[in-house]
Amino acid sequence: MILDKLQRLGHRGLSRCAAFGRSGQILFQSIVARPAPVMMFPLLIKQIYFVGVLSLVIIVVSGAFIGMVLGLQGYTILVDYGSEQAVGQMVALSLLRELAPVVTALLFAGRAGSALTAEIGLMKATEQLASLEMIGVDPYRRIIAPRLYAGFICMPLLSMIFAVVGIWGAALVAVDWLGIHSGAYWANMQQAVDFREDVLNGLIKAVVFGFIVTWIAVYQGYDCVPTSEGISQATTRTVVYASLAVLGFDFVLTALMFGDL
Amino acid sequence: MGQDTPIDKAAVMPLDDIIVEIRNMTFTRGTRQIFDDISLKIPRGRITAIMGPSGTGKTTLLKLIGGQLNPDSGQILLDDQNIPTLNRRDLFIVRERMGMLFQSGALFTDMNVFDNVAFPIRVHTDLPEEMIRDVVLMKLQAVGLRGATALMPSELSGGMARRVALARAISLDPDIVMYDEPFTGQDPIAMGVLVNLIKKLNQALGHTSIIVSHDIQETLSIADYIYVLSDGKVIAEGTPEVLKQQDSEQVRQFVDGLPDGPVPFHYPAPQLMEELMEGGVFK
Ligand SMILES: Nc1ncnc2c1ncn2[C@@H]1O[C@H](COP(=O)(O)OP(=O)(O)OP(=O)(O)O)[C@@H](O)[C@H]1O
Ligand SMILES: [Mg+2]
Repeated sequence: MILDKLQRLGHRGLSRCAAFGRSGQILFQSIVARPAPVMMFPLLIKQIYFVGVLSLVIIVVSGAFIGMVLGLQGYTILVDYGSEQAVGQMVALSLLRELAPVVTALLFAGRAGSALTAEIGLMKATEQLASLEMIGVDPYRRIIAPRLYAGFICMPLLSMIFAVVGIWGAALVAVDWLGIHSGAYWANMQQAVDFREDVLNGLIKAVVFGFIVTWIAVYQGYDCVPTSEGISQATTRTVVYASLAVLGFDFVLTALMFGDL
Repeated sequence: MGQDTPIDKAAVMPLDDIIVEIRNMTFTRGTRQIFDDISLKIPRGRITAIMGPSGTGKTTLLKLIGGQLNPDSGQILLDDQNIPTLNRRDLFIVRERMGMLFQSGALFTDMNVFDNVAFPIRVHTDLPEEMIRDVVLMKLQAVGLRGATALMPSELSGGMARRVALARAISLDPDIVMYDEPFTGQDPIAMGVLVNLIKKLNQALGHTSIIVSHDIQETLSIADYIYVLSDGKVIAEGTPEVLKQQDSEQVRQFVDGLPDGPVPFHYPAPQLMEELMEGGVFK
Protein backbone atom coordinates (compact mmCIF):
# COMPACT_ATOMS: atom_id res chain seq x y z
CA MET A 1 0.00 0.00 0.00
CA ILE A 2 2.61 2.50 1.11
CA LEU A 3 5.06 1.08 -1.37
CA ASP A 4 2.48 1.55 -4.03
CA LYS A 5 2.06 5.19 -3.13
CA LEU A 6 5.80 5.67 -2.95
CA GLN A 7 6.13 4.17 -6.37
CA ARG A 8 3.51 6.47 -7.78
CA LEU A 9 5.21 9.44 -6.16
CA GLY A 10 8.51 8.41 -7.69
CA HIS A 11 6.90 7.99 -11.07
CA ARG A 12 5.34 11.44 -10.83
CA GLY A 13 8.62 12.95 -9.79
CA LEU A 14 10.39 11.35 -12.70
CA SER A 15 7.83 12.50 -15.25
CA ARG A 16 8.00 16.02 -13.81
CA CYS A 17 11.75 15.96 -14.21
CA ALA A 18 11.38 14.75 -17.77
CA ALA A 19 8.90 17.55 -18.45
CA PHE A 20 11.39 20.05 -17.10
CA GLY A 21 14.01 18.60 -19.36
CA ARG A 22 11.77 18.86 -22.40
CA SER A 23 10.82 22.44 -21.65
CA GLY A 24 14.48 23.30 -21.24
CA GLN A 25 15.20 21.65 -24.54
CA ILE A 26 12.55 23.73 -26.28
CA LEU A 27 14.05 26.88 -24.86
CA PHE A 28 17.52 25.83 -25.83
CA GLN A 29 16.68 24.66 -29.34
CA SER A 30 14.66 27.70 -30.22
CA ILE A 31 16.73 30.49 -28.72
CA VAL A 32 20.19 29.48 -27.71
CA ALA A 33 21.12 26.91 -30.31
CA ARG A 34 20.53 28.69 -33.59
CA PRO A 35 19.14 32.17 -33.67
CA ALA A 36 18.23 33.39 -37.15
CA PRO A 37 17.52 37.08 -36.79
CA VAL A 38 17.04 38.00 -40.45
CA MET A 39 14.50 35.39 -41.38
CA MET A 40 12.70 35.89 -38.13
CA PHE A 41 12.02 39.59 -38.29
CA PRO A 42 8.69 39.59 -40.16
CA LEU A 43 7.51 36.62 -38.12
CA LEU A 44 8.48 38.44 -34.95
CA ILE A 45 6.52 41.54 -35.92
CA LYS A 46 3.46 39.42 -36.59
CA GLN A 47 3.76 37.71 -33.22
CA ILE A 48 4.30 40.99 -31.40
CA TYR A 49 1.02 42.06 -32.94
CA PHE A 50 -0.79 38.92 -31.78
CA VAL A 51 0.80 38.69 -28.36
CA GLY A 52 1.24 42.36 -27.52
CA VAL A 53 -1.03 44.62 -29.49
CA LEU A 54 -4.07 42.45 -29.08
CA SER A 55 -3.48 42.34 -25.30
CA LEU A 56 -3.42 46.11 -25.17
CA VAL A 57 -7.12 46.67 -24.64
CA ILE A 58 -7.42 44.39 -21.64
CA ILE A 59 -4.23 45.86 -20.14
CA VAL A 60 -5.33 49.47 -20.57
CA VAL A 61 -8.83 48.89 -19.24
CA SER A 62 -7.61 46.89 -16.23
CA GLY A 63 -4.87 49.43 -15.57
CA ALA A 64 -7.36 52.28 -15.53
CA PHE A 65 -9.75 50.51 -13.18
CA ILE A 66 -7.07 49.31 -10.80
CA GLY A 67 -5.59 52.82 -10.70
CA MET A 68 -8.98 54.29 -9.95
CA VAL A 69 -9.64 51.80 -7.17
CA LEU A 70 -6.19 52.46 -5.69
CA GLY A 71 -6.81 56.19 -5.75
CA LEU A 72 -10.15 55.81 -4.03
CA GLN A 73 -8.97 53.33 -1.40
CA GLY A 74 -5.77 55.26 -0.76
CA TYR A 75 -7.72 58.44 -0.27
CA THR A 76 -10.22 56.95 2.21
CA ILE A 77 -7.43 55.46 4.31
CA LEU A 78 -5.02 58.41 4.18
CA VAL A 79 -7.66 61.06 4.77
CA ASP A 80 -8.09 59.80 8.35
CA TYR A 81 -4.48 60.76 9.02
CA GLY A 82 -4.80 64.00 7.14
CA SER A 83 -2.16 62.94 4.68
CA GLU A 84 -4.32 62.42 1.61
CA GLN A 85 -1.71 64.31 -0.43
CA ALA A 86 0.45 61.18 -0.20
CA VAL A 87 -2.00 59.23 -2.33
CA GLY A 88 0.03 59.93 -5.47
CA GLN A 89 3.13 58.47 -3.94
CA MET A 90 1.28 55.44 -2.62
CA VAL A 91 -0.38 54.71 -5.94
CA ALA A 92 2.80 55.10 -7.93
CA LEU A 93 4.91 52.93 -5.66
CA SER A 94 2.42 50.09 -5.41
CA LEU A 95 1.83 50.11 -9.14
CA LEU A 96 5.45 50.33 -10.20
CA ARG A 97 6.80 47.85 -7.69
CA GLU A 98 4.04 45.26 -7.55
CA LEU A 99 0.74 45.66 -9.24
CA ALA A 100 1.81 46.55 -12.75
CA PRO A 101 4.14 43.60 -13.32
CA VAL A 102 2.05 41.07 -11.40
CA VAL A 103 -1.40 41.94 -12.68
CA THR A 104 -0.10 42.42 -16.20
CA ALA A 105 1.54 39.01 -16.05
CA LEU A 106 -1.66 37.38 -14.80
CA LEU A 107 -3.74 39.03 -17.51
CA PHE A 108 -1.04 38.23 -20.04
CA ALA A 109 -1.16 34.55 -19.06
CA GLY A 110 -4.91 34.51 -19.50
CA ARG A 111 -5.03 36.46 -22.73
CA ALA A 112 -1.83 35.76 -24.65
CA GLY A 113 -0.52 32.64 -22.88
CA SER A 114 -3.64 30.59 -23.37
CA ALA A 115 -3.88 31.70 -27.00
CA LEU A 116 -0.27 30.67 -27.62
CA THR A 117 -0.82 27.25 -26.09
CA ALA A 118 -4.02 26.62 -28.02
CA GLU A 119 -2.50 27.79 -31.28
CA ILE A 120 0.62 25.66 -31.03
CA GLY A 121 -1.38 22.69 -29.73
CA LEU A 122 -3.72 22.91 -32.67
CA MET A 123 -0.80 23.11 -35.07
CA LYS A 124 0.50 19.93 -33.52
CA ALA A 125 -2.86 18.18 -33.65
CA THR A 126 -3.38 19.03 -37.32
CA GLU A 127 0.15 17.85 -38.15
CA GLN A 128 1.22 21.32 -39.25
CA LEU A 129 4.33 21.05 -37.10
CA ALA A 130 5.12 17.63 -38.55
CA SER A 131 4.63 18.91 -42.06
CA LEU A 132 6.92 21.87 -41.37
CA GLU A 133 9.55 19.38 -40.31
CA MET A 134 9.04 17.36 -43.45
CA ILE A 135 9.39 20.47 -45.58
CA GLY A 136 12.74 20.89 -43.89
CA VAL A 137 11.87 23.84 -41.68
CA ASP A 138 12.67 23.66 -38.01
CA PRO A 139 9.46 24.41 -36.08
CA TYR A 140 11.52 25.53 -33.10
CA ARG A 141 12.87 28.37 -35.14
CA ARG A 142 9.87 29.12 -37.25
CA ILE A 143 7.04 28.70 -34.74
CA ILE A 144 8.44 28.67 -31.22
CA ALA A 145 11.25 31.22 -31.30
CA PRO A 146 9.29 34.22 -32.64
CA ARG A 147 6.57 33.60 -30.08
CA LEU A 148 9.05 33.41 -27.23
CA TYR A 149 10.78 36.61 -28.28
CA ALA A 150 7.47 38.37 -28.78
CA GLY A 151 6.46 37.45 -25.24
CA PHE A 152 9.76 38.65 -23.78
CA ILE A 153 9.49 41.95 -25.61
CA CYS A 154 5.82 42.65 -25.03
CA MET A 155 5.48 41.88 -21.36
CA PRO A 156 7.70 44.74 -20.02
CA LEU A 157 6.08 47.18 -22.44
CA LEU A 158 2.62 46.13 -21.40
CA SER A 159 3.60 46.39 -17.76
CA MET A 160 4.84 49.94 -18.30
CA ILE A 161 1.65 50.90 -20.07
CA PHE A 162 -0.33 49.37 -17.23
CA ALA A 163 1.54 51.48 -14.66
CA VAL A 164 1.12 54.69 -16.64
CA VAL A 165 -2.58 54.17 -17.20
CA GLY A 166 -3.01 53.19 -13.55
CA ILE A 167 -1.35 56.35 -12.29
CA TRP A 168 -3.48 58.37 -14.65
CA GLY A 169 -6.63 56.55 -13.45
CA ALA A 170 -5.74 57.27 -9.84
CA ALA A 171 -5.19 60.93 -10.69
CA LEU A 172 -8.61 61.00 -12.30
CA VAL A 173 -10.22 59.84 -9.05
CA ALA A 174 -7.99 61.57 -6.50
CA VAL A 175 -7.45 64.91 -8.22
CA ASP A 176 -10.43 65.47 -10.47
CA TRP A 177 -13.07 63.81 -8.36
CA LEU A 178 -11.93 63.91 -4.73
CA GLY A 179 -10.22 67.26 -5.11
CA ILE A 180 -6.65 66.64 -3.99
CA HIS A 181 -4.41 69.41 -5.19
CA SER A 182 -2.91 68.23 -8.43
CA GLY A 183 0.47 69.81 -7.65
CA ALA A 184 0.65 67.83 -4.41
CA TYR A 185 -0.34 64.61 -6.14
CA TRP A 186 2.35 64.80 -8.80
CA ALA A 187 5.08 66.42 -6.74
CA ASN A 188 4.78 63.87 -3.96
CA MET A 189 4.99 61.11 -6.52
CA GLN A 190 7.99 62.61 -8.25
CA GLN A 191 9.84 62.98 -5.01
CA ALA A 192 9.09 59.51 -3.68
CA VAL A 193 9.71 57.40 -6.77
CA ASP A 194 13.28 56.40 -7.38
CA PHE A 195 14.19 55.36 -10.89
CA ARG A 196 16.52 52.52 -10.03
CA GLU A 197 14.79 51.31 -6.91
CA ASP A 198 11.22 51.38 -8.18
CA VAL A 199 10.94 51.74 -11.94
CA LEU A 200 13.84 49.51 -12.86
CA ASN A 201 13.02 46.82 -10.33
CA GLY A 202 9.44 46.75 -11.59
CA LEU A 203 10.71 46.36 -15.11
CA ILE A 204 13.01 43.53 -14.11
CA LYS A 205 10.04 41.77 -12.61
CA ALA A 206 8.07 42.26 -15.80
CA VAL A 207 10.89 40.83 -17.89
CA VAL A 208 11.15 37.77 -15.65
CA PHE A 209 7.39 37.22 -15.65
CA GLY A 210 7.19 37.64 -19.39
CA PHE A 211 9.87 35.00 -19.77
CA ILE A 212 8.12 32.58 -17.42
CA VAL A 213 4.63 32.98 -18.85
CA THR A 214 5.67 32.69 -22.49
CA TRP A 215 7.94 29.77 -21.81
CA ILE A 216 5.22 27.86 -19.98
CA ALA A 217 2.65 28.68 -22.67
CA VAL A 218 4.87 27.62 -25.54
CA TYR A 219 6.02 24.47 -23.80
CA GLN A 220 2.50 23.40 -22.90
CA GLY A 221 1.40 23.88 -26.49
CA TYR A 222 4.33 22.01 -27.97
CA ASP A 223 4.13 19.16 -25.49
CA CYS A 224 0.36 18.69 -25.37
CA VAL A 225 -1.51 15.54 -26.26
CA PRO A 226 -2.62 16.35 -29.81
CA THR A 227 -6.35 15.95 -29.35
CA SER A 228 -9.05 18.50 -28.61
CA GLU A 229 -9.16 17.31 -25.02
CA GLY A 230 -5.39 17.46 -24.70
CA ILE A 231 -5.32 21.01 -26.04
CA SER A 232 -7.99 22.22 -23.65
CA GLN A 233 -6.13 20.67 -20.72
CA ALA A 234 -2.87 22.22 -21.85
CA THR A 235 -4.52 25.64 -22.11
CA THR A 236 -5.85 25.34 -18.57
CA ARG A 237 -2.45 24.22 -17.34
CA THR A 238 -0.81 27.22 -18.97
CA VAL A 239 -3.03 29.66 -17.11
CA VAL A 240 -2.76 27.84 -13.77
CA TYR A 241 0.97 27.14 -13.84
CA ALA A 242 1.86 30.54 -15.24
CA SER A 243 -0.21 32.37 -12.62
CA LEU A 244 1.24 30.35 -9.76
CA ALA A 245 4.76 30.74 -11.07
CA VAL A 246 4.31 34.49 -11.42
CA LEU A 247 3.07 34.87 -7.86
CA GLY A 248 5.79 32.64 -6.49
CA PHE A 249 8.56 34.40 -8.37
CA ASP A 250 7.11 37.73 -7.35
CA PHE A 251 7.74 36.89 -3.74
CA VAL A 252 11.27 35.73 -4.44
CA LEU A 253 12.09 38.80 -6.49
CA THR A 254 10.53 41.14 -3.97
CA ALA A 255 12.56 39.56 -1.21
CA LEU A 256 15.72 39.96 -3.27
CA MET A 257 14.99 43.54 -4.30
CA PHE A 258 13.43 45.10 -1.26
CA GLY A 259 14.19 42.54 1.48
CA ASP A 260 17.36 44.11 2.91
CA LEU A 261 15.73 46.89 4.87
CA MET B 1 -0.65 9.02 -71.04
CA GLY B 2 -1.46 6.44 -68.46
CA GLN B 3 -2.24 3.44 -70.63
CA ASP B 4 -0.46 0.42 -69.27
CA THR B 5 1.40 -0.98 -72.19
CA PRO B 6 3.87 -3.77 -71.49
CA ILE B 7 6.63 -1.56 -72.85
CA ASP B 8 5.75 1.06 -70.28
CA LYS B 9 6.18 -1.51 -67.54
CA ALA B 10 9.49 -2.78 -68.77
CA ALA B 11 10.59 0.71 -67.90
CA VAL B 12 13.87 2.46 -68.08
CA MET B 13 14.82 2.01 -64.46
CA PRO B 14 15.44 -1.42 -63.11
CA LEU B 15 13.62 -2.49 -59.96
CA ASP B 16 16.88 -3.33 -58.23
CA ASP B 17 18.19 0.23 -58.04
CA ILE B 18 17.22 0.91 -54.45
CA ILE B 19 16.74 4.38 -52.99
CA VAL B 20 15.29 3.56 -49.58
CA GLU B 21 16.06 0.38 -47.77
CA ILE B 22 14.68 -0.68 -44.43
CA ARG B 23 16.70 -3.36 -42.70
CA ASN B 24 15.45 -5.42 -39.79
CA MET B 25 13.53 -2.57 -38.28
CA THR B 26 11.55 -2.96 -35.10
CA PHE B 27 9.27 -0.26 -33.77
CA THR B 28 7.13 -0.24 -30.67
CA ARG B 29 4.56 2.31 -29.59
CA GLY B 30 3.73 2.05 -25.92
CA THR B 31 3.33 -1.68 -25.44
CA ARG B 32 2.15 -2.37 -28.96
CA GLN B 33 4.71 -3.65 -31.39
CA ILE B 34 3.96 -2.01 -34.70
CA PHE B 35 6.84 -3.40 -36.75
CA ASP B 36 8.54 -6.66 -35.98
CA ASP B 37 11.91 -7.01 -37.66
CA ILE B 38 10.64 -5.72 -40.97
CA SER B 39 12.77 -5.32 -44.11
CA LEU B 40 11.80 -3.72 -47.38
CA LYS B 41 13.28 -1.93 -50.35
CA ILE B 42 11.91 0.99 -52.33
CA PRO B 43 13.18 1.06 -55.93
CA ARG B 44 14.40 4.38 -57.32
CA GLY B 45 12.27 6.23 -59.82
CA ARG B 46 9.35 3.87 -59.39
CA ILE B 47 5.96 3.87 -57.72
CA THR B 48 5.87 1.64 -54.70
CA ALA B 49 2.61 1.02 -52.92
CA ILE B 50 2.22 0.14 -49.28
CA MET B 51 -1.05 -1.55 -48.50
CA GLY B 52 -2.54 -3.20 -45.50
CA PRO B 53 -5.42 -3.05 -43.08
CA SER B 54 -6.15 0.14 -41.18
CA GLY B 55 -3.95 0.52 -38.12
CA THR B 56 -1.09 -1.72 -39.26
CA GLY B 57 1.33 1.18 -39.32
CA LYS B 58 1.47 2.45 -42.88
CA THR B 59 1.47 6.08 -41.79
CA THR B 60 3.97 5.15 -39.11
CA LEU B 61 6.22 3.66 -41.77
CA LEU B 62 6.21 6.89 -43.77
CA LYS B 63 7.01 8.88 -40.65
CA LEU B 64 9.89 6.54 -39.91
CA ILE B 65 11.27 7.07 -43.40
CA GLY B 66 10.88 10.83 -42.92
CA GLY B 67 12.81 10.63 -39.67
CA GLN B 68 9.96 11.90 -37.52
CA LEU B 69 9.97 8.74 -35.47
CA ASN B 70 12.95 6.66 -34.45
CA PRO B 71 12.90 2.87 -34.66
CA ASP B 72 13.84 0.75 -31.64
CA SER B 73 16.37 -1.09 -33.75
CA GLY B 74 17.32 -1.62 -37.34
CA GLN B 75 18.31 0.71 -40.16
CA ILE B 76 16.46 2.99 -42.53
CA LEU B 77 18.84 3.77 -45.35
CA LEU B 78 18.33 6.54 -47.83
CA ASP B 79 21.12 6.25 -50.35
CA ASP B 80 23.38 4.76 -47.67
CA GLN B 81 22.56 7.44 -45.10
CA ASN B 82 21.03 5.88 -42.02
CA ILE B 83 18.16 8.23 -41.20
CA PRO B 84 17.71 7.40 -37.49
CA THR B 85 21.34 8.27 -36.74
CA LEU B 86 21.38 11.62 -38.54
CA ASN B 87 21.62 14.73 -36.40
CA ARG B 88 18.95 17.37 -36.61
CA ARG B 89 20.71 19.48 -39.18
CA ASP B 90 21.51 16.64 -41.58
CA LEU B 91 17.98 15.36 -41.17
CA PHE B 92 16.61 18.69 -42.36
CA ILE B 93 18.94 18.60 -45.34
CA VAL B 94 17.79 15.09 -46.23
CA ARG B 95 14.18 16.14 -45.93
CA GLU B 96 14.60 18.74 -48.63
CA ARG B 97 14.72 15.76 -50.97
CA MET B 98 11.41 14.45 -49.68
CA GLY B 99 7.84 15.57 -50.11
CA MET B 100 5.09 14.20 -47.99
CA LEU B 101 1.36 14.34 -48.34
CA PHE B 102 -0.03 13.87 -44.86
CA GLN B 103 -3.11 11.80 -44.29
CA SER B 104 -4.81 14.85 -42.78
CA GLY B 105 -3.52 17.27 -45.41
CA ALA B 106 -1.82 19.41 -42.73
CA LEU B 107 -2.14 22.69 -44.59
CA PHE B 108 -0.92 25.77 -42.73
CA THR B 109 -4.11 27.34 -41.49
CA ASP B 110 -2.73 30.87 -41.38
CA MET B 111 -1.86 30.97 -45.09
CA ASN B 112 -4.03 30.83 -48.17
CA VAL B 113 -3.79 28.11 -50.80
CA PHE B 114 -1.22 29.97 -52.87
CA ASP B 115 1.12 30.64 -49.95
CA ASN B 116 0.79 27.07 -48.75
CA VAL B 117 2.02 25.73 -52.06
CA ALA B 118 4.65 28.46 -52.35
CA PHE B 119 5.96 27.89 -48.84
CA PRO B 120 8.54 25.14 -49.56
CA ILE B 121 9.81 27.07 -52.58
CA ARG B 122 10.21 30.29 -50.63
CA VAL B 123 12.00 28.53 -47.82
CA HIS B 124 14.47 26.59 -49.91
CA THR B 125 15.13 28.72 -52.98
CA ASP B 126 15.84 32.34 -53.84
CA LEU B 127 13.60 32.38 -56.88
CA PRO B 128 12.05 35.73 -57.77
CA GLU B 129 8.40 36.11 -56.88
CA GLU B 130 7.17 35.93 -60.52
CA MET B 131 8.80 32.55 -60.99
CA ILE B 132 7.37 31.25 -57.76
CA ARG B 133 3.99 32.41 -58.97
CA ASP B 134 4.36 30.47 -62.20
CA VAL B 135 5.48 27.30 -60.46
CA VAL B 136 2.67 27.47 -57.91
CA LEU B 137 0.03 28.09 -60.56
CA MET B 138 1.33 25.15 -62.56
CA LYS B 139 1.20 22.86 -59.59
CA LEU B 140 -2.28 24.01 -58.70
CA GLN B 141 -3.38 23.63 -62.30
CA ALA B 142 -2.17 20.04 -62.18
CA VAL B 143 -4.50 19.28 -59.29
CA GLY B 144 -7.34 21.32 -60.78
CA LEU B 145 -7.34 24.10 -58.20
CA ARG B 146 -5.78 27.05 -59.98
CA GLY B 147 -8.93 29.01 -59.29
CA ALA B 148 -8.66 28.47 -55.55
CA THR B 149 -5.43 30.36 -54.87
CA ALA B 150 -7.01 32.98 -52.63
CA LEU B 151 -9.01 30.60 -50.44
CA MET B 152 -7.98 29.84 -46.89
CA PRO B 153 -7.66 26.17 -45.85
CA SER B 154 -10.80 26.49 -43.74
CA GLU B 155 -12.75 27.32 -46.89
CA LEU B 156 -11.74 24.11 -48.69
CA SER B 157 -13.55 20.81 -48.77
CA GLY B 158 -11.70 17.73 -47.53
CA GLY B 159 -10.91 16.51 -51.02
CA MET B 160 -9.75 19.96 -52.15
CA ALA B 161 -7.53 20.38 -49.10
CA ARG B 162 -5.86 17.09 -49.88
CA ARG B 163 -5.21 18.12 -53.45
CA VAL B 164 -3.68 21.39 -52.28
CA ALA B 165 -1.52 19.42 -49.89
CA LEU B 166 -0.47 17.24 -52.79
CA ALA B 167 0.47 20.30 -54.81
CA ARG B 168 2.53 21.50 -51.85
CA ALA B 169 4.23 18.13 -51.44
CA ILE B 170 5.46 18.23 -55.04
CA SER B 171 6.12 21.96 -55.32
CA LEU B 172 9.89 21.55 -54.97
CA ASP B 173 10.01 18.52 -57.25
CA PRO B 174 11.50 16.30 -54.54
CA ASP B 175 13.30 13.04 -55.25
CA ILE B 176 10.96 11.05 -53.08
CA VAL B 177 7.29 11.80 -52.67
CA MET B 178 5.33 10.00 -50.01
CA TYR B 179 1.58 10.05 -50.47
CA ASP B 180 -0.47 9.02 -47.47
CA GLU B 181 -3.83 8.02 -48.92
CA PRO B 182 -3.98 10.55 -51.75
CA PHE B 183 -7.24 9.21 -53.16
CA THR B 184 -9.34 9.30 -50.03
CA GLY B 185 -12.30 11.63 -50.31
CA GLN B 186 -11.90 12.29 -54.04
CA ASP B 187 -14.73 12.02 -56.52
CA PRO B 188 -14.18 9.64 -59.47
CA ILE B 189 -13.02 12.45 -61.76
CA ALA B 190 -10.49 13.88 -59.32
CA MET B 191 -9.37 10.36 -58.51
CA GLY B 192 -8.63 9.67 -62.17
CA VAL B 193 -6.77 12.98 -62.42
CA LEU B 194 -4.68 12.24 -59.35
CA VAL B 195 -3.82 8.74 -60.51
CA ASN B 196 -2.61 10.17 -63.80
CA LEU B 197 -0.79 13.00 -62.07
CA ILE B 198 1.16 10.71 -59.78
CA LYS B 199 2.03 8.51 -62.68
CA LYS B 200 3.03 11.44 -64.85
CA LEU B 201 5.24 12.97 -62.17
CA ASN B 202 6.89 9.66 -61.72
CA GLN B 203 7.55 9.13 -65.41
CA ALA B 204 8.37 12.66 -66.48
CA LEU B 205 10.47 13.73 -63.54
CA GLY B 206 11.66 10.40 -62.23
CA HIS B 207 10.27 10.95 -58.73
CA THR B 208 10.33 7.95 -56.50
CA SER B 209 6.80 7.64 -55.19
CA ILE B 210 5.62 5.80 -52.15
CA ILE B 211 1.86 5.51 -52.01
CA VAL B 212 -0.18 4.36 -49.07
CA SER B 213 -3.65 3.59 -50.24
CA HIS B 214 -6.70 1.49 -49.68
CA ASP B 215 -8.01 1.96 -53.20
CA ILE B 216 -6.91 -1.36 -54.59
CA GLN B 217 -7.84 -0.95 -58.22
CA GLU B 218 -6.20 2.48 -58.55
CA THR B 219 -3.12 1.35 -56.69
CA LEU B 220 -2.69 -1.83 -58.70
CA SER B 221 -3.06 0.21 -61.86
CA ILE B 222 -0.15 2.57 -61.17
CA ALA B 223 2.19 0.80 -58.77
CA ASP B 224 5.34 -0.88 -60.01
CA TYR B 225 5.83 -2.75 -56.79
CA ILE B 226 3.57 -3.46 -53.85
CA TYR B 227 4.13 -4.36 -50.23
CA VAL B 228 1.25 -5.68 -48.17
CA LEU B 229 1.73 -5.22 -44.45
CA SER B 230 -0.17 -6.88 -41.68
CA ASP B 231 0.59 -7.46 -38.02
CA GLY B 232 3.97 -5.78 -38.19
CA LYS B 233 5.23 -7.93 -41.03
CA VAL B 234 5.36 -7.89 -44.79
CA ILE B 235 2.88 -10.60 -45.73
CA ALA B 236 3.26 -10.22 -49.47
CA GLU B 237 5.23 -8.26 -52.01
CA GLY B 238 5.68 -8.11 -55.72
CA THR B 239 4.57 -6.45 -58.91
CA PRO B 240 0.81 -6.04 -59.41
CA GLU B 241 0.75 -9.01 -61.77
CA VAL B 242 2.45 -11.22 -59.23
CA LEU B 243 0.14 -10.08 -56.47
CA LYS B 244 -2.97 -10.63 -58.53
CA GLN B 245 -1.88 -14.20 -59.08
CA GLN B 246 -0.97 -14.85 -55.47
CA ASP B 247 -3.15 -17.47 -53.97
CA SER B 248 -2.17 -16.95 -50.35
CA GLU B 249 -5.44 -16.47 -48.58
CA GLN B 250 -4.30 -13.31 -46.78
CA VAL B 251 -3.37 -11.57 -49.98
CA ARG B 252 -6.44 -12.73 -51.85
CA GLN B 253 -8.57 -11.30 -49.12
CA PHE B 254 -6.84 -7.98 -49.45
CA VAL B 255 -6.71 -7.76 -53.19
CA ASP B 256 -10.32 -8.85 -53.55
CA GLY B 257 -11.48 -6.80 -50.58
CA LEU B 258 -13.26 -9.55 -48.69
CA PRO B 259 -14.47 -8.79 -45.18
CA ASP B 260 -13.73 -12.26 -43.82
CA GLY B 261 -10.43 -14.02 -43.89
CA PRO B 262 -7.11 -14.28 -42.12
CA VAL B 263 -6.34 -10.54 -42.21
CA PRO B 264 -7.94 -9.15 -39.08
CA PHE B 265 -10.46 -6.37 -39.54
CA HIS B 266 -10.44 -5.76 -35.78
CA TYR B 267 -7.86 -4.07 -33.60
CA PRO B 268 -6.45 -6.81 -31.32
CA ALA B 269 -9.08 -7.58 -28.66
CA PRO B 270 -10.42 -10.48 -26.64
CA GLN B 271 -13.22 -12.49 -28.21
CA LEU B 272 -16.35 -10.39 -28.47
CA MET B 273 -18.49 -12.94 -26.62
CA GLU B 274 -15.97 -13.17 -23.77
CA GLU B 275 -15.86 -9.42 -23.31
CA LEU B 276 -19.62 -9.10 -23.42
CA MET B 277 -19.93 -11.87 -20.85
CA GLU B 278 -17.46 -10.09 -18.56
CA GLY B 279 -19.68 -7.05 -18.56
CA GLY B 280 -22.30 -9.22 -16.91
CA VAL B 281 -25.14 -8.40 -19.27
CA PHE B 282 -25.35 -11.96 -20.52
CA LYS B 283 -24.67 -13.70 -17.23
N1 LIG C 1 0.71 8.89 -31.40
C1 LIG C 1 0.48 7.59 -31.21
N2 LIG C 1 0.67 7.05 -29.99
C2 LIG C 1 0.46 5.74 -29.77
N3 LIG C 1 0.05 4.88 -30.70
C3 LIG C 1 -0.15 5.35 -31.94
C4 LIG C 1 0.04 6.73 -32.25
N4 LIG C 1 -0.23 6.90 -33.56
C5 LIG C 1 -0.58 5.69 -34.03
N5 LIG C 1 -0.54 4.75 -33.07
C6 LIG C 1 -0.83 3.33 -33.23
O1 LIG C 1 0.01 2.86 -34.24
C7 LIG C 1 -0.68 1.95 -35.06
C8 LIG C 1 -0.42 2.27 -36.50
O2 LIG C 1 -0.92 3.57 -36.79
P1 LIG C 1 -0.87 4.15 -38.25
O3 LIG C 1 -1.45 5.52 -38.19
O4 LIG C 1 0.50 4.00 -38.78
O5 LIG C 1 -1.85 3.18 -39.04
P2 LIG C 1 -2.21 3.17 -40.58
O6 LIG C 1 -1.73 1.86 -41.11
O7 LIG C 1 -1.73 4.40 -41.22
O8 LIG C 1 -3.79 3.14 -40.54
P3 LIG C 1 -4.84 3.90 -41.50
O9 LIG C 1 -4.92 3.09 -42.73
O10 LIG C 1 -6.11 3.85 -40.72
O11 LIG C 1 -4.33 5.28 -41.70
C9 LIG C 1 -2.14 2.01 -34.67
O12 LIG C 1 -2.47 0.79 -34.10
C10 LIG C 1 -2.25 3.10 -33.66
O13 LIG C 1 -3.04 2.63 -32.60
MG1 LIG D 1 -2.56 6.07 -41.96
